[in-house]
Amino acid sequence: MVTDTPTADPMPPTAASPPPSAVADAVAAATRPGPAMLSVTDFSLSYGAHPALKHVTLEVPPHSVTAIIGPSGCGKSTLLRAFNRMNDLIPGVRTEGAIRVAELDVRTADVVELRRRVGMVFQRPNPFPKSIYENVAFGLRMLGLRDRGELEARVEASLRHAALWDEVRDRLGRSALQLSGGQQQRLCIARCLAVEPEVILMDEPASALDPTATARIEELVMDLKTTYTILVVTHNMQQAARISDRTAFLLSGELIEHDETGRLFTSPRQKLTEDYITGRFG
Amino acid sequence: MTTEAIGTLLRPLTKTLGRDWAGKSLQWLTALAALLIVAMVAVILGHIAWFGAPTLTWEFLSTAPRQGMTAGGIFPAIFGTAALVIIMVVALIPFGVGAAIYLHEYARPDAWFTRAIRFSVNNLAGVPSIVFGLFGLGFFIQFLGRNIDRAMGLDVVWGQPALIWAALTLALLNLPVVIVTAEEALRTVPREMREASLALGATRWQTIRNVLLPQAMPGILTGAILSVARGAGEVAPILFTGAAYYLPYLPTRPTDQFMELGYHIYVLSTQSPDIDATKPLLYGTVMVLLLLTMLLNLTAILLRSRMRARLAGRT
Amino acid sequence: MAPSSGSTVAAVAAPLPRAEFQPGALAPYTGAARRRSRRVREAVIAGVLRVCAFSAVAGLLLIVVFVLREAMPVLFDAATRKEASLRAYFATSMWQPVGDIPKYGILPLLVGTLKVVVAAMTFAIPVGVMAAVFASEFAPARIREMLKPAVEMLAGIPSVVLGFFALIVMASWVQSVTGAHSRLNAVNAGLALGLGIIPTIFTVSEDALRAVPRSYREASLALGASRWATAWHVTLPAAGAGVAAGILLGLARAVGETMIVLMASGNAAIVSGDLLDSVRTLSASIAAELAEVVVGSPHYSTLFFLGAVLFAATFIINVFAGLFVERLRKRLAGA
Repeated sequence: MVTDTPTADPMPPTAASPPPSAVADAVAAATRPGPAMLSVTDFSLSYGAHPALKHVTLEVPPHSVTAIIGPSGCGKSTLLRAFNRMNDLIPGVRTEGAIRVAELDVRTADVVELRRRVGMVFQRPNPFPKSIYENVAFGLRMLGLRDRGELEARVEASLRHAALWDEVRDRLGRSALQLSGGQQQRLCIARCLAVEPEVILMDEPASALDPTATARIEELVMDLKTTYTILVVTHNMQQAARISDRTAFLLSGELIEHDETGRLFTSPRQKLTEDYITGRFG
Repeated sequence: MTTEAIGTLLRPLTKTLGRDWAGKSLQWLTALAALLIVAMVAVILGHIAWFGAPTLTWEFLSTAPRQGMTAGGIFPAIFGTAALVIIMVVALIPFGVGAAIYLHEYARPDAWFTRAIRFSVNNLAGVPSIVFGLFGLGFFIQFLGRNIDRAMGLDVVWGQPALIWAALTLALLNLPVVIVTAEEALRTVPREMREASLALGATRWQTIRNVLLPQAMPGILTGAILSVARGAGEVAPILFTGAAYYLPYLPTRPTDQFMELGYHIYVLSTQSPDIDATKPLLYGTVMVLLLLTMLLNLTAILLRSRMRARLAGRT
Repeated sequence: MAPSSGSTVAAVAAPLPRAEFQPGALAPYTGAARRRSRRVREAVIAGVLRVCAFSAVAGLLLIVVFVLREAMPVLFDAATRKEASLRAYFATSMWQPVGDIPKYGILPLLVGTLKVVVAAMTFAIPVGVMAAVFASEFAPARIREMLKPAVEMLAGIPSVVLGFFALIVMASWVQSVTGAHSRLNAVNAGLALGLGIIPTIFTVSEDALRAVPRSYREASLALGASRWATAWHVTLPAAGAGVAAGILLGLARAVGETMIVLMASGNAAIVSGDLLDSVRTLSASIAAELAEVVVGSPHYSTLFFLGAVLFAATFIINVFAGLFVERLRKRLAGA
């Protein structure tokens, strides 16, 4: 397992339990009031007896796009969902270690407030069977916003921010289910933006979409990173290379390597990473 | 008798008539059974419609009975049935839907409380309707009603057969129906809806109220309609909890007694001094009750099939 | 996070020509006070829902408690037991609770209930199960689409209407066919009661049959067995537990049913083996006599006791039905 801090020692060829010094470094880095927006410290998660994440340590700087890649079943989605505690919905989940989002400790924070500040976009677009307007306004209404003027202004702002406003401005009252797949996904992003999160988690946001829609989503992600910190899980390495600043490679629940995207794809430090990137295993 | 035994008995016939005779005839027998069911339903409904339809005049539906139940109409019974069912639904739906929400969203599957609820729901559904009548008498009237009278210093107002006690008895009788259909309706809401709502920072109850319940509404409505159909048709629970044969007034207070369609049919059929003179009124009453329950059941079935079609079309 | 977002807004405003919102303006909605009141509200609602769920448990408990409460004197109260007690129930074979010397022999009621239930099940089991086999194994889709609504309509007929039909129409027909001397008898009530429980037997059996995996049937047909042989030797046995559950559920309903027997069975408390005699069942006795009884009298307590017996009997049958459903689920899941 590799952290960001460069060391002079040669890297071990296979993933192993992090040496105590590396963990201590990561803990120190996480608790420093510094630039890290998200920090994961020796985090492990298991569903009952089955371990899904093992001793993951990771830091994510603000206003960046971090891609999480790895073969299916490696724990990418589980790691993503750990940031907004969506894993809590599964009975029998146990966790160890710490995750911090800004100043919040994920485990002790108020989960409702955490989920507002850490938004999520899902693999398949899941708009509510309500109007476009009501979809975007949903989160705001749940917070207690009642003033129509303010709601309308915020709905418009969110739809603009998600690059959907021009396409739907005349039919806000129509059902969201009438939109195309790509539009629905942008609607879900707008819905998420409306409650002003600081982090956006995206779980394979374009995998259910056609290439044109995918391109628009990718463009949107790169726009959004100036305002938000974004984590994108993807099984598409080219996509990761295109849109992300940093990339993390997960295998069987362990974080193998985590580095600047350019460096990880051109000169990976771990052999496993290189094998995955070159397609030696899927 | 196994098919082999039948085959052995029929073997001589089989030899002459062809190999599969025994089997084929059994196959036709099952068709006959199905035909028998359809025929009996047709006969019953047809017979009642034949004799009952001519009596369905506006006068019949809107006036009170006269001349010892041989003339006039059954409006009070219709009114009483409606009042009974409305109070029942108002009492029943909050508890039934609330229980279903609890089971779907909050309950842990292995907790003893959850298992107690499921056990109770299953067994409430199997309690004979006459036992509900006994319960209504023993609990609502003799215990609750009497104690209310005592607390309010009254003589006998609540501690006797009354509309409210009959309605509450029926509400308990129909509780399993509503809980089961409401829970089934909640289960049809896709998980992604729930996840999307929670991920936006909505609380559990906000998710239930704004996402789950609206989508589960058709199913909940189905349960409500089915409970109304059953509530209108069950007579045993109201025999001693409030139904009356002839009242010169319409029930306006919860402590009033009431006339009711099913009870009316029972008494007219079994205790009428002149059954032939009363037959028109009797057939008319049966017709009204049948139409009411059939219509309600049909609506519930249509709602349910539309819900299932929507579910299938979505996946 | 608020301070840094201020500077971010300034950085964003330049390159992006889009409408901005003011980050941090949502603060009044996300403050600690709001969070606390929200948590309180959620807890209260969860508590209310828990109470609603408890209503089912409370209801069942109350039924047990209050039916037993009114029946207790039969077992424990000396004054009541002089007239009506367990010993009195079996000391005589006459049921005559209203009279100069009240007699509480329940044998006629037990015999009556048995006769009606036997008549009903003899009619309903073959018809219900065979129709289910037809619907699930042999019927073309169009006929099946007509059969299911017919059964649902039958299920929707209130039992008081079935009782009415049996009393007014069927009794004469049955009498002319069988030559019975009582117009209202166990056969009459049994037929109507059977009609009432056929939907239960049909629906549960058909569900069980349809749940049998296609592979069973295909394997049998591939071996050269005919469709009827497959149905009888393979599919029906595989669904056996489900069919048994359906029959048991029908039995429970038959034992507890009141209105049909009250109207169509004659209500004569006779002990005889003849199905064409008039009978009086437990449920009908309760229904017929409770209206006239004096609250708290031995007769009153006896009727409640009979109700408790009915409750216990149907409860036990339902428990067995549940066991069979479990067995079916396990068997099909393991397949």
